[in-house]
Amino acid sequence: MIISSLTFLIIFAVIGAILYGQRLIKTEKSDAVFGNPERSKGGIHWVVVGSSFLLFLWLYYSWDIAKAFYPKSANEICQVAKVRESMLSLKYLFPIDERQHKSTAIIHRENENIQNYISEISSNPNISQVDKDVFVNILGKIKLSIPYLTNEKYLEFETKNTIDKLTERINNLTEVFPSNNFPPPLTFDEEKQLNEGLSKQLGWGATGMEIPPLPETKLGLKYHKAADELRLISDEFFQIRNHNPQYKTLTNDIKSEIKNHRDKLNDNQELEITLLKEINKLNKRIQFASIFPPTTLVEFEQAVRNFDNVQKKEQGSIATKDALLFPGGTIVSSGPTCAEDGPGRWLPKPSDTFRIFADMLKPSVGFKFVPMFWYEMMGVNKIVGFILPDWIADIIPGQYPIHSSDGQVKPNFKSKVLDIVTGDFEAFKIPVPVGHIWDSFLRVFLGLVFGIILGVPLGIFMGLNRFAKGFFDPLVELYRPVPPLAWAPLVITVFGIDNVGKIFLLFMVSLSIMIISARAGASGTQLSKIHAAHSLGASRWQILREVIFPNSLPEILTGIRVAVGMCWGTLVAAEFLAGTTGIGFVENVARKYMQYEVIWITIFVMGMLGLLFDVTIRKIIDKTIPWRGKG
Amino acid sequence: MSDLVSQDLNMIFKSPKGETVHALKDVTFKLKKGELLTVLGPSGCGKTTLLNITAGFLKPTSGLITLGGNEINGPGVERGMVFQQGALFEWLTVAQNVNFGLRMKKVEPKITEKKVEEWLEIVGLKGFGNTPTYQLSGGMQQRVALARCLINDPELILMDEPLGALDALTREKMQSLVLKIWKETGKTIILITHSVEEALLLGERVYVMAPRPGRIHKEYNLPFASRGLDQDLREIKNDKEFVSKREEILSMIWDMEEEIMGKETG
Repeated sequence: MIISSLTFLIIFAVIGAILYGQRLIKTEKSDAVFGNPERSKGGIHWVVVGSSFLLFLWLYYSWDIAKAFYPKSANEICQVAKVRESMLSLKYLFPIDERQHKSTAIIHRENENIQNYISEISSNPNISQVDKDVFVNILGKIKLSIPYLTNEKYLEFETKNTIDKLTERINNLTEVFPSNNFPPPLTFDEEKQLNEGLSKQLGWGATGMEIPPLPETKLGLKYHKAADELRLISDEFFQIRNHNPQYKTLTNDIKSEIKNHRDKLNDNQELEITLLKEINKLNKRIQFASIFPPTTLVEFEQAVRNFDNVQKKEQGSIATKDALLFPGGTIVSSGPTCAEDGPGRWLPKPSDTFRIFADMLKPSVGFKFVPMFWYEMMGVNKIVGFILPDWIADIIPGQYPIHSSDGQVKPNFKSKVLDIVTGDFEAFKIPVPVGHIWDSFLRVFLGLVFGIILGVPLGIFMGLNRFAKGFFDPLVELYRPVPPLAWAPLVITVFGIDNVGKIFLLFMVSLSIMIISARAGASGTQLSKIHAAHSLGASRWQILREVIFPNSLPEILTGIRVAVGMCWGTLVAAEFLAGTTGIGFVENVARKYMQYEVIWITIFVMGMLGLLFDVTIRKIIDKTIPWRGKG
Repeated sequence: MSDLVSQDLNMIFKSPKGETVHALKDVTFKLKKGELLTVLGPSGCGKTTLLNITAGFLKPTSGLITLGGNEINGPGVERGMVFQQGALFEWLTVAQNVNFGLRMKKVEPKITEKKVEEWLEIVGLKGFGNTPTYQLSGGMQQRVALARCLINDPELILMDEPLGALDALTREKMQSLVLKIWKETGKTIILITHSVEEALLLGERVYVMAPRPGRIHKEYNLPFASRGLDQDLREIKNDKEFVSKREEILSMIWDMEEEIMGKETG
């Protein structure tokens, strides 16, 4: 309902915006010639067209429009797919989808194989002449066995009769298929079973990618039933063996000859044994391929072709829907189930995506028992215990209390301090954020903050001091050019797969960027400003704080902006590698379970968070260094 | 006794390639308190080097320079400097730039505020206190630079082509301002310039320097600066005496420039 209204809304929006744009062009002053940058300004209505177009593409290619307007179309196409699947092996026998008759192709290929073996064996110096003679003889016999399968005069009546019967059944099906008499009325049991199944059947997309397989419409039932019948015919046909007595005699002869020769061979004659095995396989392939004389299947082929044409004709609206509303793919059947094959599979439908996203945002659902972004009441004692290091208690003079003889422990000052620094006390609770998104955010934030705290002073120092630059340069330049992810396995091993490892990795990323940008900022200070500060009576420390630091701010902030981007990219990949929370972890798990909706949701969330980071920093830059580029 | 005395100043730069440049050779002069000295000369004659030594940014290779009997050894508050491009701190407002020196000395904010207002009024920037400096025009920026330097009450003001980057009209106004400040405060001023007219107009004394090695070539004592205090500057410029002096110095500098060119091409 929402999606169909949305579709109409998009169409209206696009048409409206285009009309508006046309009118604007007519009324606009035409002094803006081509190349005038003024011409690219404004144009919100084209933004509407652009985003509507994008949304429409998404709706259309994810087959959500099909789902919104014809929710039963997937089920119908599924029934057609069942027919297609049941006819698949029959059609492969004939040049319908293929180029050649299957028999022709097999004979052609196996004759070639026989020829190759013969020439290979005759020219192989490692095989004794006796063996060669035997092998060539067997291959010759196999070659001679083929005509017994392809000559009409050896064809048994029984075989011919079975084929005729099957042809008849297909022809019957073809005849009744278009009429209302097909399918014949269901028996009471059949109907009960079908209705029971239908009542339990969920809608399209209700369980991820599933298509409801049981026929929901009358037309669908027709195809469903036809598919059942065709499956039976197909199974019976492939049980037919065109093994007439003459062929049987010859092929048994070949088998025993192979067996006899195998017994004569030593176990260490590996080459000969392998060759014999291959020859045996070749013989079996011919034996169990459905090879028939060239004219035997003419009528059967015609029957299959006829039915195929009739079922295609009868599809009617289903075929139109399939062609128009299922771009880039269709629905395929495999055994009892049907599945989307094409963009409908990997491009999730907006309706499903928003539903799943809304579900995941619920703190009780989340993903893998962790909410996406929520809060948790946490005692202040825990936070205090986390922040304050435990050694504070250790350095307090005195001893920890020892239990007395009546089994009591009397706390002293030292133990009370220990209680505080370990968070072992009662306190009120405050909400703290939790969840995958928060975890990812916090990792980037902490990695960045540590990088800035260490990198900026170090960078400024390096920009002002020859020793510092020389001393730290090798260190920075050795680790910086390595892609951050290349460090990941090592860092994760040392610092663990959880927060510490990832924060350290991000710290490494941001540190080098901050050092380099702070260094560039510091060494780029104009000498005249330093001189001015000197002659105004500033001390070294004052010059550092009041002149060099603010002067490097533009570079530092640009560095932070670059570092955020790098950290964000690295974090997601690091979460892919290992961990139990974080937005990258969610995507990795979703990938394993082929939850395409979740994958797209994570992509979207990452994009939004990245954008949020960038916009925030851009705002900070505009606020803190308005003089940039204007000095 | 706060005269600036320089004795046999020598400054020799060594380039990394090993070439030596004699930037100053045996520069000896004496500047009395309250005098306004302008220094002229072709490029590369050591004007700026002399100024930097006076300011304490450079140490002379040999020789002695004293202010009020104390040897100059490093930068100090008693020698304020005004730079060519102002060298303002663009992250600060006009008032914050002006009070920079006082803040560094940790003077009480109330006194600072009062002084800033006074000085902004003197340089004609009343009401601009909260304007960010990057929004000011070139002339206004130089006014801020002047105020920033003067608020520290230095004994000696060093100006390194302070008006070089300004347009003609603004320049003339600023020249009047420099003269006004000189008169009102009675400071000793050394002003370096490329413009002969400016040197003659502002300089009570004018040194024309010659390059290679940098030295004082000729010294003039001129009446125009004192006259400029109460006479229109443009009138002085058209004065016959002024014109003849200007031509004399110009041809002198031309000759020097040509000599350099000859040396370089020959």
